[in-house]
Amino acid sequence: MSGYDSSPRPPQRVGVAAESEPGETRVAATPATVRGLLALGYDVVVEPGAGAASGFDDAAYEAAGAAVGDAWAADVVLKVNAPSDAEVERLREGATLVGLLAPAQRPELLAALAARGVTALSLDAVPRISRAQSMDVLSSMANIAGYRAVIEAAHAFGRFFTGQVTAAGKVPPAKVLVAGAGVAGLAAIGAASSLGAIVRATDPRPEVADQVRSLGGEYLAVEAAQEASSDGYAKATSADYDRAAAALYRAQAADVDIVVTTALIPGRPAPKLLTAEDVAAMKPGSVVVDMAAAQGGNVAGTVPGRTVVTDNGVTLIGYTDLASRLPAQASQLFGTNLVNLLKLLTPGKDGQLAIDFEDVVQRAVTVVRDGETTWPPPPVAVSAAPAAAPAAPPAAAPAPGPSRMTPAVRFGLIGAGMLALFLLVAFAPPQLAENFTVFALAVVIGYYVIGKVHHALHTPLMSVTNAISGIVVIGALLQIGHESTLVTVLSFVAILLTSVNVFGGFAVTRRMLSMFSKG
Amino acid sequence: MTSLTAAHAADLVAALLFILSLAGLSQHRTSRAGVVYGIAGMALALTATVVVASRSISAGAVALILLAMALGAAIGLWRARRVEMTEMPELIAVLHSFVGLAAVLVGWNSYLEVERHGAAQTSVAADLLSIHHAEVFIGIFIGAVTFTGSIVAYLKLSAKIASRPLVLPGKNALNLGALGAFVALTAWFTASPSLGLMVAVTVLALLLGWHLVASIGGGDMPVVVSMLNSYSGWAAAAAGFLLDNNLLIVTGALVGSSGAYLSYIMCRAMNRSFLSVIAGGFGIEAPASGDAEQGEHHEISARETAELLAAAESVVITPGYGMAVAQAQHPVADLTRRLRERGVEVRFGVHPVAGRLPGHMNVLLAEAKVPYDIVLEMDEINDDFARTSVVLVIGANDTVNPAALDDPASPIAGMPVLKVWEAERVVVFKRSMASGYAGVQNPLFFRDNTSMLFGDAKQSVDQILQSLDTPDPALAARP
Repeated sequence: MSGYDSSPRPPQRVGVAAESEPGETRVAATPATVRGLLALGYDVVVEPGAGAASGFDDAAYEAAGAAVGDAWAADVVLKVNAPSDAEVERLREGATLVGLLAPAQRPELLAALAARGVTALSLDAVPRISRAQSMDVLSSMANIAGYRAVIEAAHAFGRFFTGQVTAAGKVPPAKVLVAGAGVAGLAAIGAASSLGAIVRATDPRPEVADQVRSLGGEYLAVEAAQEASSDGYAKATSADYDRAAAALYRAQAADVDIVVTTALIPGRPAPKLLTAEDVAAMKPGSVVVDMAAAQGGNVAGTVPGRTVVTDNGVTLIGYTDLASRLPAQASQLFGTNLVNLLKLLTPGKDGQLAIDFEDVVQRAVTVVRDGETTWPPPPVAVSAAPAAAPAAPPAAAPAPGPSRMTPAVRFGLIGAGMLALFLLVAFAPPQLAENFTVFALAVVIGYYVIGKVHHALHTPLMSVTNAISGIVVIGALLQIGHESTLVTVLSFVAILLTSVNVFGGFAVTRRMLSMFSKG
Repeated sequence: MTSLTAAHAADLVAALLFILSLAGLSQHRTSRAGVVYGIAGMALALTATVVVASRSISAGAVALILLAMALGAAIGLWRARRVEMTEMPELIAVLHSFVGLAAVLVGWNSYLEVERHGAAQTSVAADLLSIHHAEVFIGIFIGAVTFTGSIVAYLKLSAKIASRPLVLPGKNALNLGALGAFVALTAWFTASPSLGLMVAVTVLALLLGWHLVASIGGGDMPVVVSMLNSYSGWAAAAAGFLLDNNLLIVTGALVGSSGAYLSYIMCRAMNRSFLSVIAGGFGIEAPASGDAEQGEHHEISARETAELLAAAESVVITPGYGMAVAQAQHPVADLTRRLRERGVEVRFGVHPVAGRLPGHMNVLLAEAKVPYDIVLEMDEINDDFARTSVVLVIGANDTVNPAALDDPASPIAGMPVLKVWEAERVVVFKRSMASGYAGVQNPLFFRDNTSMLFGDAKQSVDQILQSLDTPDPALAARP
């Protein structure tokens, strides 16, 4: 125990700061997540009025066990958006700031935080690995934003989403195109299809097609070569692809009523998907929600934070605060992500924050450590990588297997097998030919007869087939008593062994089956 | 109708009864009838054969038959009654070895009856003689491989020898060499039969069977047992060719192909190539990531687990071989019953290769009277984990390893696994932090929503049951 401080250090304070950015309605902790923070051993102090815009008053925080006071003086400051310059100055030296800091876009903020001598954790730098899903704020916010984008579109759209046949006439269902099937896109697909619309989706990554279908959407593939994603985020596309995609968007724009675009490439301006001509080709009354408006927009003509109506009557929605428009939900998910992150950073659950740089998640989120900029982190390969990941040897790709065979190869093999069997039987003596006939038919029957075996019955099936294979006793029965004593002795042993098999096998199967009962 | 045509007719009826038996065994509803069909078919076949045989042999020989059968029946029934359900894999492996040995003996007898006499023999027509030679060899070969393979499987399953794979230098060359040697020996024997060649092929096949299974690790035993089941069928079919007996051929082929199909299902569940399993020694990749710990794990006590369960809405239990080893199925069934009485939804998620035998977990749970309609297979339950409050992982390891999906470099990469980590909380019952059979570290244990409950699974579940009975007053008073 030498060198170990036996008296426990007092718990650190976690401060929940109010958001200063205009229009921001979220808060970094809700009364429910405050309980999670307290369970990790921290003291929690909430800035007065921090949760007001999300519908949580100070009394609710106090009831959950938090104090109301100066959050900026705390050891760990939780925030949604990046702090302003004035707020950076309010941070205590040695404190830890957690929030959405956009480290790639704002090097000057990192410099200011480093100069202030603090540690900064950026929630948008959580790597996309399964283990880190529970703290992936971008995913949880994108989920909310995708849902809200559809709600905003429905609000601005002058018609139903679902098709109806009413006494006043037939209403066709709305057609929705979702560009980009990431988390936001999938949430939008799910929301739009549950409102009854016909939903189509595009994405450069063909592997998302199944996810699109699972939410009720139709996947529109762009017919061009495209590199697979290795880090779970979309990449910039090739020139070939862009041409094919432009043609697809042009055709779709004229056909659909609602377009939701979600295309973002980390650290780059958003790709332009719909040109001014595409928008001009849309029907009057159509709605476009550009979820990438803050990063420059996927659609020509969108204004960040505003709704504009084009000359041909198309509404372009460029809200950048879609997640904040569901404040209570967004704060709850954001706060839970934060609690999960702090769980990782508080291994002892003793209210002491400890950052372990050996852990890829902790390494990735830490953008400033004790006054030193640690962005960008070393790259992390993630689970979203498809099978052709660099770690897999290329030789493994053309592995032979029945599922990968082309029909031609399969028919060829079957044909060759049939021919071999034909020749074998044709040239065999009649007795052998007869045996082969019986044999081949029995093999096929054996295959089909257990084709639909219930998984729970594998063991009984095996023990019954085992008992039946004791039929080999017949061989010994036919041999015993002939020839020499030696043959008789060997036959005796064989009969004895196979009888154990036959009787034991059937008996134990019966015993097993008698145990299976339905609840 | 002569007794000979009657025997042929009996053979046909018996063969059909066996088909009905296998078909019946594939559904719960018809499974008991399936066993009855099987017994009827076997009784018919045996009676017919004994009656036919008794016409050409002495009364003494008939008495010997009856004695051998009576002895065998006594031993078989005694073992069947006594065997613990956790020991099913061992029993089935031993029974397979009997079939293999019997096939070898039948082959030798046939040699002694025919080939040993050289040109003086009369029982086989001259034009069929060389085919008969080959059939003797094939029968002995398959039988002997089945025999030693099953013996090794038995020894591994009962932990009498180490279950880790044996890795001889150039083991694939050894297997292929043995096959090549077998073909060469067969050709030689067909040309000039001799006792020395008989001994040589028997020894060769015995060694090959030993090596095939010895080079497969314990974790892959479900596939091995089902593969040996298939081999024992082929051995019987080979004996049928040898003796020109259609019933043997039909039955052997039925068992052989159904066993092969079952192995194929198992292989798909483990994402392994079927061919590499038949070739043996497929579980030998060195663990890439080794035993390096991947962070810190969280411990939980039995009492805390009980509280967790009492507060849960839905619980999924994923059992593995560890449950069988600890004989924990009865307390687990008790726990299931009690939680269900409290209104908690309890279900079981069974991985296709959990345990050491296909369907092993189902048999254990059935023995403990867990209703089979809450015991679901992987595909039925895998999407429900995200909506589950608590998952209890009892003695399973590789089948719940997220590395199979996350880590392309993992030796078990690509194997479908139960996605337990998607649940709100996971409690892993385990003796220590040691790796599973595949020798792979399990990142599941280091997740934040995972807690480890160390100790013998049976004792742990018993303690949870006690805690459910007597809620801690101090805890009950807490808000």
